Amino acid sequence: MSTTGESLSDLVLAAQEQLWVPAELRQSDIEKLLGGLLSSNIDLGELYFQASRNEFWSLEDGIVRDAGFSTDRGVGVRAVSGEKTGFAYADDIMLPALTQATQAAKSITRQGQDKSVCVLRARGQIARYSAEDPIRSLDEAQKVDLLMRVEQEARRQDPRVEEVTVRLSASHDTCLIVATDGTLAGDVRPLVRLDVSVIVAQKGRKERGSSGGGGRFSLDWFEQEQRCMEFAREAVRIALVNLEAVDAPAGNMPVVLGAGWPGVLLHEAVGHGLEGDFNRKGSSAFSGKMGEQVASSLCTVVDNGTMENRRGSLSVDDEGEPTQCTTLIENGILTGYLFDKLNARLMNVASTGNGRRESYAHLPMPRMTNTYMLAGESDQEEIIASVDKGLYAVNFGGGQVDITSGQFVFSATEAYLIENGKVTAPVKGATIIGNGPEVMTRISMVGNDLKLDQGVGVCGKDGQSVPVGVGQPTLKIDEVVVGGTAA
Amino acid sequence: MNIPAKNDSPLADISASQSLVRDQVEFILETAKRLGASAAEVSVSQDVGLSVTARMGELETVEFNQDRGFGVTVYVDDRKGVSSTSDISSEAVTDTVKAALNIAKYTQGDPCSGLADADKLATDIPELDVFHPWEINAKDATKLALDCESQAMGMDKRINNSDGATLASHQSCRAYGNSNGFLGSYLSSRHSLAIAVIATDAAGMQKDYWYTVSRRAEDLENAQDVGQEAARRAVARLGSRSFAPGRMPVLFSPQMSTGLIGSLLSALAGGALYRNMSFLTESMGTKVAQQDLSIVEYPLLQRAMGSAGFDGDGVATSSKAFIKNGIVNSYILSTYSARRLSLESTGNAGGVHNVSIEGALSSLSKLLKQMGTGVMVTQLMGQGVNAVTGDYSRGASGFWIENGEIAYPIENFTIASNLKDMFLGVAGLGTDVDLRGNIRSGSILVDEMTVATG
Repeated sequence: MSTTGESLSDLVLAAQEQLWVPAELRQSDIEKLLGGLLSSNIDLGELYFQASRNEFWSLEDGIVRDAGFSTDRGVGVRAVSGEKTGFAYADDIMLPALTQATQAAKSITRQGQDKSVCVLRARGQIARYSAEDPIRSLDEAQKVDLLMRVEQEARRQDPRVEEVTVRLSASHDTCLIVATDGTLAGDVRPLVRLDVSVIVAQKGRKERGSSGGGGRFSLDWFEQEQRCMEFAREAVRIALVNLEAVDAPAGNMPVVLGAGWPGVLLHEAVGHGLEGDFNRKGSSAFSGKMGEQVASSLCTVVDNGTMENRRGSLSVDDEGEPTQCTTLIENGILTGYLFDKLNARLMNVASTGNGRRESYAHLPMPRMTNTYMLAGESDQEEIIASVDKGLYAVNFGGGQVDITSGQFVFSATEAYLIENGKVTAPVKGATIIGNGPEVMTRISMVGNDLKLDQGVGVCGKDGQSVPVGVGQPTLKIDEVVVGGTAA
Repeated sequence: MNIPAKNDSPLADISASQSLVRDQVEFILETAKRLGASAAEVSVSQDVGLSVTARMGELETVEFNQDRGFGVTVYVDDRKGVSSTSDISSEAVTDTVKAALNIAKYTQGDPCSGLADADKLATDIPELDVFHPWEINAKDATKLALDCESQAMGMDKRINNSDGATLASHQSCRAYGNSNGFLGSYLSSRHSLAIAVIATDAAGMQKDYWYTVSRRAEDLENAQDVGQEAARRAVARLGSRSFAPGRMPVLFSPQMSTGLIGSLLSALAGGALYRNMSFLTESMGTKVAQQDLSIVEYPLLQRAMGSAGFDGDGVATSSKAFIKNGIVNSYILSTYSARRLSLESTGNAGGVHNVSIEGALSSLSKLLKQMGTGVMVTQLMGQGVNAVTGDYSRGASGFWIENGEIAYPIENFTIASNLKDMFLGVAGLGTDVDLRGNIRSGSILVDEMTVATG
């Protein structure tokens, strides 16, 4: 086995330096391990080396009491044969542990004949973010100071602010992927996030508001354009709106979803249902619908892992494939699924660069990156003005989908009534429920104001969490069930 | 369940790790002291596991788990720093303790922080019978998963797809120690078999699941029974029809009731109370639920999934009622949250242990008769529970109940109310208790909620 192709990218070199050098692992050791996997009649053998460092600082009651630092490193070994997968991992990056994990992973297959030869090829990689360590981008005293200033900004907004919690987190994650299909790829991923949550109280009533943001860059980002202060003000604003909120209506009605974070709708109603594993297995409500009309013709939805510095972006996915922009729905027609290597191979297509895993200790599967709907032609005011009586929902707590029945739910944290074409009273506790394929066909207006979220999305699937992005323009659903308490 | 066990299992008994893990705790505590911590606490864990999934009659995935790591909290006077790693080499111990000490230079002092008082720490750690390693190999695990799935697939023609059956067996060794002289450790095991299958008719697909879990392999439900129950549940969801929305009684199935109780317990947790993020702040001694209803924890049950002899601070656990005859009797407190509220720890750092709902129990058929017309909820979706206000609004599916009988399946509706009103409005508790989880409950009948549908 030997390495050929263009010169190794900086990312691969950086990853090797961090993951192989301390363990005195040489390329020839890795070649031997992969050769051992190839000898067992398997379709894909893969080693995923990872080292990550995480730090958080949190403030409550006006003091930075809690902060922590953690490190994790290890290697996951995967052997795939047909639809079968063997998987083992070790939290030592050391040859004996690696050999043992490799033996365990390939236990799914019979031993084969002679060792084959495998050629590792490093392809050119396009970095979608800086490889710099965000944990070091501010020193400890600066981090504490940032939290304190954010808290003061929140308290300054209104005397009704009772509690403020602020949390700053940063991680730096290095991975190196080698596989029997020749893959040799590396990535160094920064990720930062700031969350502000406040409680306001008035006449015995309490409400919460929260805001935040982040992405794949250094902590300086929060100081630029006063972003961290803006999150503080936004959290207070939402909490105060909720203090005035009346009970949400219940029943079928038109709903206008705001631009940006309400793109959770697409993530739940469409995105998960288009992941390749569910479609290969035929367990998604969208299975077998390729080329069919699955949404109103106003809808074009993409998953784009290549966006610069975005929380959901990756330079390469966790299988070493470059990310791309995949069109899932074009003018209402289903045009694409999201694939990892295993499901792509079994469905005779190419991976879309959506193979993701929470860590070396988890198996990769098809996952979203940044999923959003492209802008349409309507003005936001025009969309609201078109509704007689309905709901305008601008912020959501999160959502959930049953991909088999297509039923999805998401819960508004900031929503208003629309009466006679005007936004009126704020409402609390509105949940929206619908069937993904049905709701998508009822989208009757799409705004020209596409916005991505601020960078706080976490997607969970089969117990694995990964960072994602969502986005959309303002859009109108003609009829969907709103679950409030007001009859 | 019949338990195949072979000596070629990858799951060798980890009980030998216990003394090693305890030594590591002591070593890390010594390191922390040597490097300048005025107090420290350490937890070390080591886990091994095997998980095998079979799908559509074939082996799909074999996963071997092996995890270890430690976390250390150091105090320098009343400032705190936390650090953790998966690396247990002595070099990593030094680096990790140093990282925690560095953080403690910058965090701000909090008089409530620190270790549990020495007189609160558990002294006699009871044997809870929670460690029963199962030396099963991948081949036998696959066979059980396949058996389970084939039973499900054979139950009904309409079961035509599967998400697979997974047999998993894990062993864990955990130790916690602090510089007030506490060192506790326990070994535990967890075995489970779970399956999800898909039923299809002209209107579409419905998926449902079932599982069995236990500390001891012999206590698992039979693989065939688990498969059959999943199939029965998936088929029962086919043929959903519409119904008239409005205000009506709602019956939570035992599996959904445990989540409902969990929402109430979250509001009684110290962290939510001192942060003022609960609708139950200052609720001690007040009536928050219907008068027959009690919520009690039993941390020392033998072989139960939630059992623990000491909590995450080393404080002894004990049986207690959180809600007694509808009245708040105890909050759920760690050492820290107790100090914040000027109360005593309840031994609940890290959560609750084996919670049961108690009161006058009725059979499910009696509860259905009692409700007459309404909805029975067997699946809930979304995050629509607001712990600050108690507002509750979630997506649901389940069954329409008419004249005290299950009439037909329903989906795509929401149920909404406020947790305060819901618990004050509990009209009945079921005998159909689900014993599998850390919270044990039968069906719960709530007198009235707003049900919305299309």
